[in-house]
Amino acid sequence: MMHLIVLPVVLPAILAPFIIMAIRHHMDLQRIFSLAGTVALVAITLTLLAQAATGDIQVYELGNWPAPFGIVLVLDRLSALMIALTALLGLAVLLYVIGTDWDLKGRHFHPLFQFQLMGVMGAFLTGDAFNLFVFFEVLLIASYGLMIHGGGARRLRAGVQYVVYNLLGSTLFLFALGTLYAVTGTLNMADLAERVAVLPADETALIRVGAVLLLVVFAIKAAVLPLHFWLPASYANAPMPVAALFAIMTKVGAYSILRMYTLVFGPDVGSTDGLVGDWLLPAALLTLGAGTLGILGARKIGKLVAFSAIASMGTLLIAISLFTEQATGAAIYYIIHSTFATGMMFLVADLIVSRRGGIIAPGTPMAQNGLIASLFFAGAIALSGMPPLSGFIGKLLVMDGARDADQWALIWGVILIASLVTVVGFARAGSLIFWKGYEAEPPDEGTQETHPAPTSALPFVAVFGLLAGLILLSVFAGPVHDYARATAGQLFDPQEYIGAVLRGGK
Amino acid sequence: MELLLASAVGIMTACGVYLMLRQRTFPVILGLTLVTYAVNVFLFASGRLAQNLPPVLNPEATAYSDPLPQALVLTAIVIAFGMTAVVVMIALSAYLSARDDRIDMSEDDTYDDEQTADHVDNAEDGA
Repeated sequence: MMHLIVLPVVLPAILAPFIIMAIRHHMDLQRIFSLAGTVALVAITLTLLAQAATGDIQVYELGNWPAPFGIVLVLDRLSALMIALTALLGLAVLLYVIGTDWDLKGRHFHPLFQFQLMGVMGAFLTGDAFNLFVFFEVLLIASYGLMIHGGGARRLRAGVQYVVYNLLGSTLFLFALGTLYAVTGTLNMADLAERVAVLPADETALIRVGAVLLLVVFAIKAAVLPLHFWLPASYANAPMPVAALFAIMTKVGAYSILRMYTLVFGPDVGSTDGLVGDWLLPAALLTLGAGTLGILGARKIGKLVAFSAIASMGTLLIAISLFTEQATGAAIYYIIHSTFATGMMFLVADLIVSRRGGIIAPGTPMAQNGLIASLFFAGAIALSGMPPLSGFIGKLLVMDGARDADQWALIWGVILIASLVTVVGFARAGSLIFWKGYEAEPPDEGTQETHPAPTSALPFVAVFGLLAGLILLSVFAGPVHDYARATAGQLFDPQEYIGAVLRGGK
Repeated sequence: MELLLASAVGIMTACGVYLMLRQRTFPVILGLTLVTYAVNVFLFASGRLAQNLPPVLNPEATAYSDPLPQALVLTAIVIAFGMTAVVVMIALSAYLSARDDRIDMSEDDTYDDEQTADHVDNAEDGA
């Protein structure tokens, strides 16, 4: 019996209450425990990733209740990849937060951070639709706390919007689950898949409603265009390191779409055939367009990066919405790239904001200008999809995956034009922030001293760590893409998953 | 009973949506609460409506009501309750620090301050 699979959920779940109850007043101890926990998470998830890479699907029955009666955790290639990604991003963000003393700006950063990791890990691992809802709530309620960490009027108001929007999303999620349960009588994903597949053709009206409601919920999480309004205000006003962690949260939406619409409402299921892809593709194209326009028009660095997060979600969802094995493989590669790139860019944005404020306009020179400018440049290359970094490979794979689609010309056109506009947007922002700075009016005598001194090395370790992730992703694009393709193969052969969950096939 | 329950869900959702589209925080939160009530009742209905039937094994029972939606509703109630408490607290502190309880953020908010709030412990007016 392998208990390792439940540890990514249990470890933060124990650590967070421990921190809040036992060592609430000792920031050093909090940092040590939080960091140790996250390092352990990285080790655990990488072990799990190595186990899943063999192609086995591990099923963990909580309380030893067999599926579909109990809740199961399922570890397949996709889940293993996502939890490893979460742990790595979490570690980088935590290092940054400790290096810049962000955790001193408000209370209970570390417990909230651990709860957030727990929710994300659980959402990626669970094999039960209602349990997915519960883990969504865990990660959301922790994210509410993190989002308003440090306070300030604007952040609190943005926080209210964020919470209200997500509460509405949660309610819709419940409506969708109620509909699915009413039709099928189960909420276990594998069991759902079996029952939806054998649904009589004249009784599919309700299940179609349920499927679309569920898509709306996940689209809110993934910030797909008509439902993206929460993202720019929330991410731009959240503490930037927290926004970097939130880079994984939009991926939770993308993951859920991938999981539910390959397993339960897959391409072979007659009752919901074509329902999702037909809607998702135009929405994804519009998402990419809107994100790109936002990059061009942003006046603050936080907004700039938030819109680039939307744009990268657009590219990702284009690949997902095609629902072919090849495109899904590209999407999985792009998920890794997008998580690292967005996370890194938010951290770079925080380096800039802490030195000169967030306005994209000529300003006073800042400490370590050259170093930060190079990091911004690297992040911009990654996010706009220019060679040599992994964004280029990712976009190439997505376009290659779209080659056989009917609307390939439209998809290629949108992706290529969006890349060009993104380059222009980042070039504008970068040159205004880093180059024009020295031409601006020399600052008054008094203000010169208020500039923060160069910070310690730790924040740069975190940023360079994420950059290293991007570089490794580009250098080892072959093996990673092989893994991504194998993952897609597993997703498009749901019988294996269903068999592992329901019939205990190891 | 079906008509009663369905119209209750419908009316509560409609009122909730109307309230959520209001401009001030308080009606929006009330609207959210109404919608969560509606979804709780809706979840009950997903296990089919039945009266006076036992949910767990009973030797004298001839039929059963579905116990699972009841467990789901219990979870949903707890979560909705906690979330509402959180949103009330955040909304209250937002109102106290901004002196304004509008739910939307005017465009001025996004770049009114030279220095962003992140490193200045500011309580500046967002209006």
